[in-house]
Amino acid sequence: MNPLLADYLPILIFLGIAVGVAAAAILASLILARQKPDSEKLSAYECGFEAFSDTRGRFDVRFYLVAILFIIFDLEVAFLFPWAISLGTIGMLGFWSMVAFLGILTIGFVYEWKKGALEWE
Amino acid sequence: MIIHSLTFYMFAAVAVASGVMVISARNPVHSVLFLILAFFNSAALFVLMGAEFLAMVLVVVYVGAVAVLFLFVVMMLDINFREMRHGALQYLPIGGLVGIVLLAELVLVFGSWAVAPEAADVATIPTPDPTVVTNTHALGSVLYTRFVYLFQAAGMILLVAMVGAIVLTLRQRDGLRRQSIAEQNARRKSDTIEVVKVPSRGGV
Amino acid sequence: MVDFWASYAWPTAKIVLYIIAIVVPLLLAIAYLTYAERKVIAAMQMRKGPNVVGPFGLLQPIADGLKLLLKETIIPAGANRVVFVLAPMITFILALVAWAVIPFGPGVVLADINVGILYLFAISSLGVYGIIMAGWASNSRYAFLGALRSAAQMVSYEVSIGFVIITVLLCVGSLNLSDIVLAQQNIWFAIPLLPMFVVFFISGLAETNRAPFDLPEAEAELVSGYNVEYSSMAFALFFLGEYANMILMSAMTSILFLGGWLPPVDVAPLNWIPGPVWFALKIAACLFVFLWVRATFPRYRYDQLMRLGWKVFLPLSLAWVIITAGVLVAMDWLPDTIAG
Repeated sequence: MNPLLADYLPILIFLGIAVGVAAAAILASLILARQKPDSEKLSAYECGFEAFSDTRGRFDVRFYLVAILFIIFDLEVAFLFPWAISLGTIGMLGFWSMVAFLGILTIGFVYEWKKGALEWE
Repeated sequence: MIIHSLTFYMFAAVAVASGVMVISARNPVHSVLFLILAFFNSAALFVLMGAEFLAMVLVVVYVGAVAVLFLFVVMMLDINFREMRHGALQYLPIGGLVGIVLLAELVLVFGSWAVAPEAADVATIPTPDPTVVTNTHALGSVLYTRFVYLFQAAGMILLVAMVGAIVLTLRQRDGLRRQSIAEQNARRKSDTIEVVKVPSRGGV
Repeated sequence: MVDFWASYAWPTAKIVLYIIAIVVPLLLAIAYLTYAERKVIAAMQMRKGPNVVGPFGLLQPIADGLKLLLKETIIPAGANRVVFVLAPMITFILALVAWAVIPFGPGVVLADINVGILYLFAISSLGVYGIIMAGWASNSRYAFLGALRSAAQMVSYEVSIGFVIITVLLCVGSLNLSDIVLAQQNIWFAIPLLPMFVVFFISGLAETNRAPFDLPEAEAELVSGYNVEYSSMAFALFFLGEYANMILMSAMTSILFLGGWLPPVDVAPLNWIPGPVWFALKIAACLFVFLWVRATFPRYRYDQLMRLGWKVFLPLSLAWVIITAGVLVAMDWLPDTIAG
């Protein structure tokens, strides 16, 4: 087999074993423990009253903003990985092209800072 | 080799099946979860092709970031799903029309498909042997130098995305008292406390 | 038939044995981490901690586990049953599979993949799913709010962790974890990259939802947040996953900054001790700091937490990437990366 794939086979088997252990734990508890549900046990935790409405409502738009900014910075990190390990062979052009790339994104970062997008209120 | 083919068919089958589930699941959250499963299987297929860096980046970026945003969005929906299914049929003609237009466009595109004259030369550039040079390193040795303009363009696109996200979502709310840490730290005792000698019976 | 045994069954059996050799000690370590946590915090608060079950209370984690196993699994009526059960399983599975690539000693590694650090980064970025799914599936307000907070917190610190990893990679020139350790033979990266070491450790606290960043669980306001509706083994899996993540974060800190399995100095009495022992000692030291922090610091407020992540750590680590790269290029100290 391809040596590269031989390295990944253990991960696949590991994944299988981990799934097995997790499922076995939950099943064992289901079998061993006495299950006796009633309507009070199964109601959602609240402060002594029934929940007024379904929970899955709207929430602050800031959470989306955080998620979008995270995607952008995550992509930035993804671009940095190959650069970090090949910097020795790509010379000054490689170094300065990344500096320019990060510079462009720093402009965006400064913009969001000044706009108060990083403020949590 | 048989393990290789078996794993390929397993991942490919799960990827296709979860892709079908993405569009057929009733609950949008389930759709996103199946989408994540599809991403995982595609990542595994990348690994089978030896593109381990792409596989990991697919997981980091698509599953770790993009799908989180999708989940945030669909978790907020508090739609009554039974009502939504009722309405689905009446949009069938419009949906069908859009589908036909898209199909026609695709046919036109593929009909006028032409291979660029340089493409043949590009394909003959020897790719480095993956057992000698890891594909992360191979990618790094061309991405920032040979494809520097495309790389900078990617930076510009990210900048536009960042600015766009802020313009679209940021709403300033009034009447908030924000903490200003610089101001707090800059305060000295003399700014805030005054020791006053109060004469007896005189008041301040 | 002989061919089948020689080429498939035997290697697979060997891999399974290796995996068992990783998973069983890991589960034991998790169990005794909970014990150590209670003992250490008790000592810091001048209490005794668990001391009834077994000598010095050493059987306490086993008793806790058995008790959880025998409890009723409650799935709330309004919950989405499949996702509800899936969420703790995902947390636990992710916390386990990350260990597949960790090098315990020279050559002692299950899957020595070329992109090891990226694999760990990917797995840790998936940790947020168990929490979001739990919060959404429970259909309970506290769980939902806790999950949202936790998700936003984890993604915020993920970014600075990424940049810190990049600074280390600049000094290594490879994504392979064994190469990262071997690059520290002369000096541990904790010394030249000290600020990044601190940033990484604090981000690790936030990433694992530990005190002082344990807002998702904030007992006072969210009554333990995303896992409020969980009971029995489903709860235990969350708990195990969380502690396994703590150990994983300590292992990553040791590999990236404290020289992994390498002894502090390569001299006679120190290099007699085998590598895995050094590695375990370093993990234990990091874990002790995790517990110490919990006993010492009050919880952050949410806006302070986001400020620290986005306005302090992100610019600092980004600047450090450029500074490190600049210094390495200017001094021509870049690692030789022809072999990748």
